Amino acid sequence: MKSLAELAELREKMKSSVNMRQDSSDDTRVVVGMATCGIAAGARPVLAAFVDEVAKRKLQGVMVTQTGCIGICKYEPVVEVYVPGQEKVTYVLMTPEKAVKVVQEHLVNGNVVTEYTIGAVQQQEKK
Amino acid sequence: MDMIRMHILVCGGTGCSSSRSQQIIENLQTELTSHGLDKEVKVVKTGCFGLCEYGPIMIVYPEGVFYSKVKPEDVPEIVEEHVLKGRIVKRLLHHEAVSEETVKSLNQTKFYEKQKRVALRNCGVINPEDIREYIAMDGYEALGRVLTQMTPQQVVDIVKASGLRGRGGAGFPTGTKWQFAMGDAPVKYVCCNADEGDPGAFMDRSVLEGDPHVVLEAMTIAGYAIGSHQGYIYVRAEYPIAVHRLQIAIEQSREMGFLGKDIFGSGFDFDIELRLGSGAFVCGEETALMTSIEGHRGEPRPRPPFPAVKGLFSVPTILNNVETYANIPQIILKGADWFASMGTEKSKGTKVFCLVGKINNTGLVEIPMGTTLREVIEDIGGGIPNGKKFKAAQTGGPSGGCIPASLIDTPIDYENLAAVGTMMGSGGLIVMDEDTCMVDIAKFFLEFTVDESCGKCTACRIGTKRLLEMLEKITSGQGTLEMLDEMEELAYDIKANSLCALGQTAPNPVLSTLRYFRDEYIAHVVDKKCPAGVCKELLSFEIDADKCRGCTLCSHVCPAAAISGKLREPHTIDKEKCLKCGACIEKCKFGAIMKK
Amino acid sequence: MAKKKTVVPFQGTAEQEARLKAVIDSYRDIPGALMPVLQQAQEIYGYLPVEVQKMIAEGLNVPLAEVYGVSTFYSQFTLNPKGKNEVSVCLGTACYVKGAGAVLDKVCETLGIEPGSVTPDGEFSVSTTRCIGACGLAPVMTINDEVYGQVTKDDVSAILGKYLK
Repeated sequence: MKSLAELAELREKMKSSVNMRQDSSDDTRVVVGMATCGIAAGARPVLAAFVDEVAKRKLQGVMVTQTGCIGICKYEPVVEVYVPGQEKVTYVLMTPEKAVKVVQEHLVNGNVVTEYTIGAVQQQEKK
Repeated sequence: MDMIRMHILVCGGTGCSSSRSQQIIENLQTELTSHGLDKEVKVVKTGCFGLCEYGPIMIVYPEGVFYSKVKPEDVPEIVEEHVLKGRIVKRLLHHEAVSEETVKSLNQTKFYEKQKRVALRNCGVINPEDIREYIAMDGYEALGRVLTQMTPQQVVDIVKASGLRGRGGAGFPTGTKWQFAMGDAPVKYVCCNADEGDPGAFMDRSVLEGDPHVVLEAMTIAGYAIGSHQGYIYVRAEYPIAVHRLQIAIEQSREMGFLGKDIFGSGFDFDIELRLGSGAFVCGEETALMTSIEGHRGEPRPRPPFPAVKGLFSVPTILNNVETYANIPQIILKGADWFASMGTEKSKGTKVFCLVGKINNTGLVEIPMGTTLREVIEDIGGGIPNGKKFKAAQTGGPSGGCIPASLIDTPIDYENLAAVGTMMGSGGLIVMDEDTCMVDIAKFFLEFTVDESCGKCTACRIGTKRLLEMLEKITSGQGTLEMLDEMEELAYDIKANSLCALGQTAPNPVLSTLRYFRDEYIAHVVDKKCPAGVCKELLSFEIDADKCRGCTLCSHVCPAAAISGKLREPHTIDKEKCLKCGACIEKCKFGAIMKK
Repeated sequence: MAKKKTVVPFQGTAEQEARLKAVIDSYRDIPGALMPVLQQAQEIYGYLPVEVQKMIAEGLNVPLAEVYGVSTFYSQFTLNPKGKNEVSVCLGTACYVKGAGAVLDKVCETLGIEPGSVTPDGEFSVSTTRCIGACGLAPVMTINDEVYGQVTKDDVSAILGKYLK
């Protein structure tokens, strides 16, 4: 890395592929929280299930990736789905089975699996 | 045979029919035929979906899109948009009463609303094992600017002006620390304290695991500022994932030239080495940490000389904690004023806390300094589970103290926490409810410090042990009122005669609980009762004769054969024999056994 | 906590020694090398017997006393190998009252070692633990992940027998 210009160029290139921005029109990102807490709660099989299911269905434009601690320990494993142009969706207490359903319903059919989202789980707890 | 690529289900139940579902079906068929789609799309009239109030209802497969309150006039749009172009007609999508308000994204929850993410801004967002994602989030931009556009003094000045203070516990101003180390010694070191040891605290681990590059970038900036070319990160061996990700980050950073020779073409060289701890809490103390990196027993050394004058390998060294570093690149990019605009007069910026204990939303939270404890517990934390009452919050781990419920409106910053007798600490925030015994908590922390005292200073090595023994007597019903005064006196002696922060702060949990919860100590000493029902030896187990059905389960499970009684008759517990193990309470199906 | 020296004869292989030598060589000129070398030595051997400490002391030119001092200061270093089978006896109140002390004595007598040490053949190590929350089964002992409840001293031989080679 020799100059700020070189860095800026690389950053612009990366921004489109990382596409965390709302207005981005690129890939859908499935982000699995993989810090110690997430892994201890079973994030590895969840990540594997997403990768498998996306590969099995040969989905294009979907990227499964990992990230650090999202901060809500009691809901681990946590998975966030970023669909371009939409508010991200936070799925909590995920399992490999739930992952398969999220791929099927959310990624393929475009319907958020409301019952697995953070709001729904919180509501159930209140009952 | 025709290829049916789509099914449209329309409810033909009574409710929907009365709201013109038949008309919808007819319109659909006409519309599909006119587009030549009648062979590809099948319209099915179905029975009642049971959602009559939202009728007429239509479901389109394969996507399973659910439309409600569809009118015959909507049909052309549905065919045009959805069937033909594959675009869902959003305005007709069904919103359930619940789902309308169902929060689908973490960002909309109360847990998130009051937070302000600076140190944690990339945690949970980027892939920590991919340097390019860090770069996409403005990573290494601050380093680039520092190396190409700023002098070391300008860097130190901006850190000073920001008001950033050490996030590891003591809260020493970071810029001032850097200034001290600016002299012209030929060799200097930059260290990162990642030996996070407080029970119940994991902020630093989260940063290292979620955003390792921010620490590397900030250390390199610090190196440039003080004129050092070598950094050390001292990280706990108990954090294997953090270690792994740091290793990856260092390699990637070297590969891309953010570490190594002539960074950004500025002629500045810097590299970072990882050093692993081996399970000694005292190594979180700065002088002990440096002694440990040097390869010795991790015992603290006296200050002065301070590390900025004579630190690692006896040369000037700056040592900051992980969270402190995580703020640096943002301060460089957004300016000292931006950072100083957050927080209170003397405590700027944000602080990360690990919210644990008796709280609904346990987790990692980052709040602006000055947020009140009430906001953290009630709004972000979602209150205490099971309708219990908030009793106290413990901050600062084994070095800190507690904040009682009466002071719940205390704004959280360095000065206010010190004023109520605790400290910021590294960021553990343990919430306690009415079922928590404060004497027991003090005992827990003392057990920890007794275990972790390095043994160098007598006051700490022996004093904490004596203090623990007194606490053990009190929790087992052998305490006296004089003991409370003796404890206080000893606590001050330990504080005055210990070399390092571990010993100087070890009595804090005792002093703090004595200050706010003396009545609980007195209950243990005088009444021989533990009000919270925790201290086993002060409890007695009893069976409520009205609730007991005489099922005999408890008497079978009792390890001490202390429970007797005939089948279908109320049982009794022999208090002499009872071990208070609680096995009977677990077994009782009628809630008839109580501890008092 | 005091660290007991091991009674297990040192059985390091030439291959392990070669690996340790390589580690020592790679750290020879690095300041503060002792900790990382000890960490890697423990990875190679599983523990830090005095033979290994001597090799490190000579290799890094550090007094053996210093090596011993560092290895006993940090809780992650162990001077004792773990047995293939880890026997643990609960000494919580409930278990103790129900005779866990006698069970522990019998275990130690049978294996011929003290709590916190390992048999010379490396097969068994014995430790004591605080309450593991199985008071209803008191007294309790665990071997590896297996829990044995309501153990009497007469059962000990039979239980240990299952793990004998």
